[in-house]
Amino acid sequence: MSSPASQSSAALPFDLKGSVFTLSVMHLHRLNLEDIGLRLDEKVSQAPQFFANMPVVLDLGGLSGPATSTDFAGLIALLREKGLVPVAARRGTESAQAAAIEAGLAILSEAPGGSRAHQREVSPPSESPTKAPDPTPARAAADSAGARHATRVVAQPVRSGQQIYAAGGDLIALRMVSAGAEILADGNIHILGPLRGRALAGAQGDETAHIICQSLEAELVSIAGRYRLFDEIDKSVLGQAVHIYLDGDRLVIDRI
Amino acid sequence: MAKIIVVTSGKGGVGKTTTTASFAVGLAQRGHKTVAVDFDVGLRNLDLIMGCERRVVYDFVNVINGEANLNQALIKDKRVENLYVLPASQTRDKEALTKEGVAKTLEELSKSFDFIVCDSPAGIEHGALMAMYYADEALIVTNPEVSSVRDSDRILGILASKSRRAEEVEEPVREHLVITRYAPERVSEGEMLGMDDIIEILGVPLLGVIPESQAVLNSSNAGTPVILTEGSDAGQAYTDLVARFLGDERAHRFLTAEKKGFMRRWFGG
Ligand SMILES: Nc1ncnc2c1ncn2[C@@H]1O[C@H](COP(=O)(O)OP(=O)(O)OP(=O)(O)O)[C@@H](O)[C@H]1O
Ligand SMILES: [Mg+2]
Repeated sequence: MSSPASQSSAALPFDLKGSVFTLSVMHLHRLNLEDIGLRLDEKVSQAPQFFANMPVVLDLGGLSGPATSTDFAGLIALLREKGLVPVAARRGTESAQAAAIEAGLAILSEAPGGSRAHQREVSPPSESPTKAPDPTPARAAADSAGARHATRVVAQPVRSGQQIYAAGGDLIALRMVSAGAEILADGNIHILGPLRGRALAGAQGDETAHIICQSLEAELVSIAGRYRLFDEIDKSVLGQAVHIYLDGDRLVIDRI
Repeated sequence: MAKIIVVTSGKGGVGKTTTTASFAVGLAQRGHKTVAVDFDVGLRNLDLIMGCERRVVYDFVNVINGEANLNQALIKDKRVENLYVLPASQTRDKEALTKEGVAKTLEELSKSFDFIVCDSPAGIEHGALMAMYYADEALIVTNPEVSSVRDSDRILGILASKSRRAEEVEEPVREHLVITRYAPERVSEGEMLGMDDIIEILGVPLLGVIPESQAVLNSSNAGTPVILTEGSDAGQAYTDLVARFLGDERAHRFLTAEKKGFMRRWFGG
């Protein structure tokens, strides 16, 4: 159908474009492979399909003690054996980063715009049993901020254990979002069924993002990192159609 | 072409095998040539509940490995016309069920059967994935408790994303909710989730509600699927369920506590 010569860009072997991804971050404390292996087994057995071929970023910021490239090579082998795909490291000491590079990992630099604070806020204090790492937006390229993607429409129910992320745009869920499920969008989130799981709008920090849902029964709602857990949600809006947005720093939940 | 139906749940011990046995019997009683296939390799017990465990010579894994042909492995039921069982192996490990092997076996069964009912193992691992992969329809077996409903929700998500129909972007697997071990008294006392709550949480159409019943235990011990136990509440509920599956209109029964239970509740008996 399309002849490569007719389009100049298709004549090139590739185009390099910036894009934004949500990656799971593994916050390392110790490089004890045995402990890590056991903990991974626990996590993976709870949601094998969630972890299969999941890219992960290793956060070295909390790592105590020195780390060598051999340590990282062992860790990478272990993660791969469990089905995860380590792609990069971030933070940590200079020598730890050097060791990570030697072991074949990329280094992600801190995203601008206070993303650390944002990331701390999006992960709720209580750990969800269905998944281990907290999804943290990572900038894969610096020039991606202006990129605007199409709306992502999800026609089927989002079930327990599933996670759906609309990168760079809005997310519209036509059915319910079950308890134990999670939806994220860099833009707005609209849920035409009940929201029983977690919904995080403005996942890259867009404070103008909104969440609209037909029946609020959520485990967590968040806009640009300002979140509210089920227990903190005013009882008068539970089960109601609501509009959620930020007023300054305050998360507002209005009935509609 | 046969219709392939998986009986699945996520959580263990909720009544998948019990449901597979009675459902397959019910379909055969209505004149459809039916085979019940045990995917629970290593823990086979469909043959026990169907009462044919002493007649197992070859099994599903033998067929996949080419050590026996289907006709050698299929066990014809002695009570009901049109009904066969393909037993699982007790000794092999689950990995023996390869995608290609399962496909080939189901394809061959499809040529001569109307319905293929697949009894899934618990969990969301290989065996469960194999049992659901080729399904056209699914019976989601759920008990009226939170953990069971949550696991069913998760299995529904996997069906919608990991089945052959999902992967090949065909019409999705048709889902049916089967609530088993339903105890109306405990529901009305708030100890168990009610039918409406379960339907609301899962958002899947209800095919049938099977009451908690001593008849199930008695029948299982006797190797007789409960649907064959005349007059039993669970048996009648399974007969209704099969009728609904085949398109008949049947009101749901056994949904309210019996008088006795009601009185007992008031008088503390
Ligand atoms: N309606 C019922 N009333 C009472 N007991 C029941 C009912 N349905 C199933 N049971 C009992 O529950 C137990 C588990 O049933 P069954 O073996 O059918 O479950 P399963 O989901 O196949 O289990 P597994 O996950 O181990 O394969 C059995 O002891 C069975 O007799
Ligand atoms: Mg079973």
